[in-house]
Amino acid sequence: MDTGNQTSHDTSIQAPPAVSKIRARNLNFYYGTYQALTNVNLEIAERRITAFIGPSGCGKSTLLRIFNRMYDLYPGHRATGEIMLNDSNILDPRQDVIALRAKVGMVFQKPTPFPMSIYENIAFGVKLYERLSGGEMDERVEWALRKAALWDETKDKLRQSGLSLSGGQQQRLCIARAVAVKPEVLLLDEPTSALDPISTAKIEELLNELKADYTIAIVTHNMQQAARVSDFTAYMYLGELIEFDITDKIFINPAKKETEDYITGRFG
Amino acid sequence: MNALYRRRRVINFINLGISMLTVLFGLFWLSWILWTLFAQGFNSIDLTMFTQSTPPPGSKGGLANAIFGSLLMSLLATLIGTPIGILAGTYVAEYGRRGWLAPATRFINDILLSAPSIVIGLFVYTVYVANVRHFSGWAGAFALALIVIPVVLKTTENMLRLVPDSMREAAAALGAPQWIVVSFVTLRAARAGIITGILLAVARISGETAPLLFTALNNQFWSSDMDAPMANLPMVIFQFAMSPYRDWEALAWGGALLITLSVLGLNILARIIFRQKSTLA
Repeated sequence: MDTGNQTSHDTSIQAPPAVSKIRARNLNFYYGTYQALTNVNLEIAERRITAFIGPSGCGKSTLLRIFNRMYDLYPGHRATGEIMLNDSNILDPRQDVIALRAKVGMVFQKPTPFPMSIYENIAFGVKLYERLSGGEMDERVEWALRKAALWDETKDKLRQSGLSLSGGQQQRLCIARAVAVKPEVLLLDEPTSALDPISTAKIEELLNELKADYTIAIVTHNMQQAARVSDFTAYMYLGELIEFDITDKIFINPAKKETEDYITGRFG
Repeated sequence: MNALYRRRRVINFINLGISMLTVLFGLFWLSWILWTLFAQGFNSIDLTMFTQSTPPPGSKGGLANAIFGSLLMSLLATLIGTPIGILAGTYVAEYGRRGWLAPATRFINDILLSAPSIVIGLFVYTVYVANVRHFSGWAGAFALALIVIPVVLKTTENMLRLVPDSMREAAAALGAPQWIVVSFVTLRAARAGIITGILLAVARISGETAPLLFTALNNQFWSSDMDAPMANLPMVIFQFAMSPYRDWEALAWGGALLITLSVLGLNILARIIFRQKSTLA
């Protein structure tokens, strides 16, 4: 990926070297007749964190939900254009959505533990794709919980309901659940907006560790969060991608006036 | 204290007063009914009520045949009606988001839910009893099942609708196909509410008289033959309470109290299950 380097505004900021994992070309999205995204083109770098910022209704969550074809669940939602993941177009109607979701995991704004035990919450997704023996499954559950920095807090109560955990723990459980199926990409839709600052800090720390193995795309309303955790930042407004660059560049020296207005709070 | 503030306080006082008066009015009749039931029925509840069958006038007896008949028909009605209600309710809530079948089902179910139970009785009489030419326990169970279905369907649908879409999305995002999402996630999340609905349906049918009048009729004797007329508490209460015999009347009061207590028990059980499961899931 070379989007970071091609800018002529400021050469002191170097893009973290990376190859692109997801490439969106001429992407449009419609809720029925309402067009929510207009001609979006961008590349998401492998094993990096890409943040999407912008005011409510700008289409950042919509964009994220296209990457795993979440919109398929609802009638009247459709996308046009092309999104390449590992050289195959995920918008192709022949794309197997279940296989896609095995590769592209998602964590939502509100923690959504399933009404089952902590252990079963993790095993649920794994069972969809793999037949593991009891011992192998135990190992996988422990591995996923360690990845989500939740093992120490839950190892003695794996059989308890996932709903018995605190909000921050529930969200880390959801991350563990997504990680357990070993996806390549993790999509996070405002994962910390319902959490307190301490849980938020834990999750941000976690994202930093996860990016060694996963390509991460995160939607956030919190600009400090985007600045803290991400390598690349996309600023969106009214369904269009206004600016997309290295995070430091976006926050220190944005190319566009609109971006600057938004990140400095002079928006609107 | 200005005028506006005083006015608000006065209106609040009046509204609160009216609300409390209506509550007291309702509670007054309810407690009168319960008091009468206890006063008249409590003395007839003893061991013989559960061990002996309904007596001829003037001799000692109990309600064993009617209790057995009511339990058996309610049980069968629940076994027949519950799976149909749950599956149909699941269809309406989970699969029926597109198309016309689910809204149509919901509409017809709402009509069925509020249909007078005597209509159900007449229906089963016409299509079944009149054709086989005799009253039977099966006919009674079918009639009661027809009352269970809309209640269970409605509660299942409502409880599944309470499960947030974010839960469905989270399961779908892991790659789960819809049948797995429905059977392992949303139905599980709605489990406590659905069980509550089943218990309330059982409570509802345990006191129904009209549908049994045309179907199971009644039986003076102990009978476990589902293909013959079958004794049941509501019909016995009806028959005995209208009779001129003192001991029959006493048994009718006892039976009425028994039904009331079991319905009360079912309601309490439903509340306990709903509260426990919704906190523990």
